[in-house]
Amino acid sequence: MISLKLAYRNLTGAGLRTWLNVTVLSFAYVVIIFHQGLIDGWHRQGLRDLTEWEVAGGQLWHPSYDRYDPMTFQDAHGVINGRIPGYVKSKLAVPVLVVQGTAYPQGRLQSIILKGIDRSQSLVKLPSSALAGDSGKINAVIGTRMAKSLKAEKGDYILIRWRDKNGAFDAAEIYIAEIFKCDVPSVDIGQIWVPLDKLQEMTGLHNEATMFIVSDQYKASDTDGWKFKEKAYLTKELDELIQAKRGGGMILQGILLIIALLAIFDTQVLSIFRRQREIGTYIAFGMTRYQVVGIFTVEGAAHSIFAAVLGALYGIPLFIYLYYHGITFGLGDMGLTLAETLYPYYSLQLIVITVAVVVIAATIVSFLPARKIAKMKPTDALKGKLQ
Amino acid sequence: MDTEKIIKLDRIVKKFPVGSGYFTALNEVSLEFGRGEFAGLVGPSGSGKTTLLNIIGSLDTPTEGDANVLGKSLIGLNHKDSAKLRNQHIGFIFQTYNLLPVYTVYENVEFTLLLQKMSADQRRKAVLEALEWVGLTDKINSKPAMLSGGESQRVAIARSMVKKPEIVLADEPTANLDSENSHHILQTMKKLNDELKVTFIFATHDEKVMKYLERLISLADGKIISDRMNHTGLKEQK
Repeated sequence: MISLKLAYRNLTGAGLRTWLNVTVLSFAYVVIIFHQGLIDGWHRQGLRDLTEWEVAGGQLWHPSYDRYDPMTFQDAHGVINGRIPGYVKSKLAVPVLVVQGTAYPQGRLQSIILKGIDRSQSLVKLPSSALAGDSGKINAVIGTRMAKSLKAEKGDYILIRWRDKNGAFDAAEIYIAEIFKCDVPSVDIGQIWVPLDKLQEMTGLHNEATMFIVSDQYKASDTDGWKFKEKAYLTKELDELIQAKRGGGMILQGILLIIALLAIFDTQVLSIFRRQREIGTYIAFGMTRYQVVGIFTVEGAAHSIFAAVLGALYGIPLFIYLYYHGITFGLGDMGLTLAETLYPYYSLQLIVITVAVVVIAATIVSFLPARKIAKMKPTDALKGKLQ
Repeated sequence: MDTEKIIKLDRIVKKFPVGSGYFTALNEVSLEFGRGEFAGLVGPSGSGKTTLLNIIGSLDTPTEGDANVLGKSLIGLNHKDSAKLRNQHIGFIFQTYNLLPVYTVYENVEFTLLLQKMSADQRRKAVLEALEWVGLTDKINSKPAMLSGGESQRVAIARSMVKKPEIVLADEPTANLDSENSHHILQTMKKLNDELKVTFIFATHDEKVMKYLERLISLADGKIISDRMNHTGLKEQK
């Protein structure tokens, strides 16, 4: 208690030196919480978008299907049978047929993936209702990125070519019935969504699908030979990307924290050197060396407490503003599950861990130079003779 | 003196390492001090005054010999016990005052009491009483930087006296003071010595201080040259 009281007096009495350290350390707090909050916000938004647009409660894949290998698409389809039609009927599963193809926008050639989906589905946010239309046309919906890539607009016709179940090429014009905006690139980039029944008819794969998007109520044990891919597996890519970004950010945060801690360390070393007489006086008046080490350690560590308070003063209003208004980066075309506007998310856990890490680190760097006091001869300290 | 001996030094030797050899600061010094003495260690710089004072104050340990203060042998005393001895029984007054610059006069005097289990009310009463002894009750909120040398040393006296120690060790307390302030400080300390029966031991080579001392112990090259009652002639010569 006495250490706390003396440390508080010494710190507030040290004036500008204390506040410079506190200010630098408060930047570390704010930057760490801001950056981690931004990454957490991105993660939450990404997971939500993936769930709403692509993953839902998981997917059932044909055993041959590999979403990263378009060469598997030709054979990755199977008949919708067993218990699956029941799930489809009760809206627990939505069949999707995946076919590789080519688009010819304005005479150019562009690889595409044709995806047939039920027009009446409601498991994912894809505007599949726009796929309904007269039987003479092949209505298609595409994302904004795909539209940009195709240089297509709503109402345009685009020639596409695909192989049917026998490997024979066929071609037709599709009608762009809707262009949707979505932050999930795997639903948008290179993807053309058409009615499932049309695609089945175009390929001759009647009553067949490549995969099913299933709802949260779907029981993973009833797969009928299809491979169930749970949500965690389907969002793994995003998780890994976030982890990589978090790791990279932590290096920068670590550097900032080290700079702030070095300032405290330097202050401590200087303080112990300059205040030798004071240290000798403490000992002469009955403090043990370890009590004096305690005062100096608490003094250094108290920088981190003051910094937390100062950081809170300007950080909290900033964080609240960003939480509600977000930050617009305009990086939506990078091929990442990344919204144009990110809304940082600051969890209690993030704040508690950040404060704990900074306080512990500040205490350690304060203690290291203060250990020297334990070896000081009080007679030399009183004379200010130590080097 | 026939008073109770509270400090007993027996053949104290203190050597400091210098290069590959040793410098002998104290050479077989034996002394006793009684309760309520107003004594001084006098001699030129390097004679061993401060070293002896530091050993009595348990800030340093002798290389050889035995030091017994208030019935406690200082040889082999651990840091905690020596800190307790200083905190409860010994006060220090330094040449450079050694006031804590960020504290007010009141807090500087109170500091030593914070180490003892005293209530805030008891502390306040003791601090105000100590400041009254030295005539500084009007400066309780001043910082050391705002005080003159004389005032600073009076605060240092109040700080050393506030816990009512049995021994006060004063190392060149007037060295940084002018003549008028020196007399004022010494009168204050003599008054406290008379009223509270506190043992004062000075290390000094200041003639002004020597005039106030009742016992003068002269040191040279780490040895006692003379130990006599002031104005009463030579008591003992080693």
